[in-house]
Amino acid sequence: MLEIKNLHARIAEDGTEIIRGLNLTVKAGEVAAIMGPNGSGKSTLSYVLAGREDYEVTEGEILYNGESILEMDPAERAASGIFLAFQYPMEIPGVATMEFLKVAMNAQRKARGEEPLTIPEFLKRVKAAAGTLDMDMAMLKRPLNVGFSGGEKKRAEILQMKLLQPKLCVLDETDSGLDIDALKIVADGVNALRSPDRAIVVITHYQRLLEHIVPDTVHVLYKGQVIKSGDKSLAMELEANGYAGIIEEAA
Amino acid sequence: MPAVQETIDQVRKIDVDQYKYGFETEIEMDKAPKGLNEDIIRLISAKKDEPEWMLEWRLGAFRRWMTLEEPKWARVQYPEIDFQDIHYYAAPKSTPGPTSLDEVDPELLRTYEKLGIPLREQEILAGVQKPAASELEEANDNVYKSGRVAVDAVFDSVSVVTTFKKELAQAGVIFCSISEAIREHPELVKKYLGSVVPTTDNYYATLNSAVFTDGSFVFVPKGVRCPMELSTYFRINEKGTGQFERTLIIAEEGSYVSYLEGCTAPQRDENQLHAAVVELIALDDAEIKYSTVQNWYPGDAEGKGGIYNFVTKRGDCRGDRSKISWTQVETGSAITWKYPSCILRGDDSQGEFYSIAVSNGYQQIDSGTKMIHLGKNTTSRVISKGIAAGFSQNTYRGQISAHRKATNARNFTNCDSLLIGDQCGAHTVPYIEAKNSTAQFEHEATTSKISEDQKFYVMQRGIPEEEAIALIVNGFVKDVIQELPMEFAVEAQKLIGISLEGSVG
Repeated sequence: MLEIKNLHARIAEDGTEIIRGLNLTVKAGEVAAIMGPNGSGKSTLSYVLAGREDYEVTEGEILYNGESILEMDPAERAASGIFLAFQYPMEIPGVATMEFLKVAMNAQRKARGEEPLTIPEFLKRVKAAAGTLDMDMAMLKRPLNVGFSGGEKKRAEILQMKLLQPKLCVLDETDSGLDIDALKIVADGVNALRSPDRAIVVITHYQRLLEHIVPDTVHVLYKGQVIKSGDKSLAMELEANGYAGIIEEAA
Repeated sequence: MPAVQETIDQVRKIDVDQYKYGFETEIEMDKAPKGLNEDIIRLISAKKDEPEWMLEWRLGAFRRWMTLEEPKWARVQYPEIDFQDIHYYAAPKSTPGPTSLDEVDPELLRTYEKLGIPLREQEILAGVQKPAASELEEANDNVYKSGRVAVDAVFDSVSVVTTFKKELAQAGVIFCSISEAIREHPELVKKYLGSVVPTTDNYYATLNSAVFTDGSFVFVPKGVRCPMELSTYFRINEKGTGQFERTLIIAEEGSYVSYLEGCTAPQRDENQLHAAVVELIALDDAEIKYSTVQNWYPGDAEGKGGIYNFVTKRGDCRGDRSKISWTQVETGSAITWKYPSCILRGDDSQGEFYSIAVSNGYQQIDSGTKMIHLGKNTTSRVISKGIAAGFSQNTYRGQISAHRKATNARNFTNCDSLLIGDQCGAHTVPYIEAKNSTAQFEHEATTSKISEDQKFYVMQRGIPEEEAIALIVNGFVKDVIQELPMEFAVEAQKLIGISLEGSVG
């Protein structure tokens, strides 16, 4: 589903190279965890996948279902099924969460040539999805993310993911700022989305989240490259021994 | 400099084709020759079949105007206006005061149809679009309960038709063109015209007093709640003309009226002048709600053409516990110079000003309000949202004052500006003056840019760039949109979206 080949990317403004020859393949149905120490390029990778303009791809290729997405803008990538759950979701003052969900869902439907959802159908879907995440409808009338707690913001991200039904989900440090109860709810939400035709990329710093979202593959990112890949036992090894050993081994 | 070129290209896109009301109606016109002198004023007065006192009033204003100089303090720049190069009167030939819709030139009816203004009463009855359920939830107005809006259509210098007059008359409400009111209700006009904006008020108001050609007149008698929304739709069509309309709204004791105003004009290379005066009078316990969606032609991408909009709007809360509320959405005009104000004369009276001013291309907006607190326990509230894109300049200018006797006057002002791109400017010029030590004035102001973070976040959900900007902007102006009557709110949101198209660089 996702194939990243020799990817090089830098910050557009000052030319600092962050991703330096990264290779990664994620298959449909797979949950891949990307781990790595601070500054290894984890968040940058998520932004580059989603098409953020502040980063320039200077070399390499990102193939999604066999086709390059480098020329697509963020909205086109989203409509094609790529979703990024943000580490720090943005506040959108004055735009009710409900309204935002409707605009987003219908924009994606439009891009796929589908009719907009009827209001009852929309409400039905939102109620169902919000229920599983333990979110009440009153919260959805508030402006998106404005005054939401850390946990509420992350839940709102997962809610959007559930409703938009993406094919490639990228979760950037979704566990940060969550207490254990919220973590459980969010993880359950993600697990419910596991399916043979969907790939999930979980970017995380700690093993903790991976106890709840058990990955099929684990990749260690360091200085903008994947230096080691393995199965879930790799995550446990990291938890026990830290990154130092693996970094040394790769060097 | 590819980024700069891209911006230029995109700003260029907001050119003429984005303004969908830019068409021109082919209709035979009766025009006064160009120029301004006492003979022209006599001609206008004669065309309107006005009484002698009205002509004298006009001539007095004209003589005064000759002694005045154009104000230069606003933050707007434009080449000098040649006041002798304007037609001060232009009217469709076929309409010497039609008494019913059947007598109105079908070409005019088609024009208003194209503009989306239904003039046929039965169409209004049958065809009001019901808003979607979620929008209804947010609607705080009851327009759709009555489902009808009475319209006064002003085409260049004359009112072509006013709908629902009979039904309004049954409630005792007078809604007609000002020309008709001068003929039919001289006692009311004499008593109130110029009592809020005197003929000596300012350069453009004085000019208007001399040459105003039409506009709307509303009188809501004691204790009457006007049974429907009233609206006037102004259309400038003829080349080389100015539009000088005059609106007078009187709400007697305990009455209520909500009034809407809309305006458009064809696309032309030349600049056309629009200098209106609006006077509102609210007596004891009366309430007037005045909403405007101003969408005059803004000029093309190079800043050529467009309407010069120099308008004096003022409301007088003359009675105790009266209330006047201005809501405006300004998206059009090359230049906007406009400060809808409230004189809070009655004790416990309230004034409100809610404004959204959107500028793009080379538009210049200098707009705001004045809240003059004279009575005791008077309160006012000002919420202004300015959005600047392209190469435009957007200024909020406001004056809040409490006079000596205005014990416990209170004002809250909030002005927020949003910048899109880095070639535009937003400015806030507040004047605050309290001569009474018990006055409490609060002023809040912010200026922000749509952040790349926000835009990226919204686009990541599949919302295309321009829609993403429109969504963020609509969120930004939400406080004001909520104040608009339902049907205007939906229209205004769309309009803001259109006005900002191509503004993303």
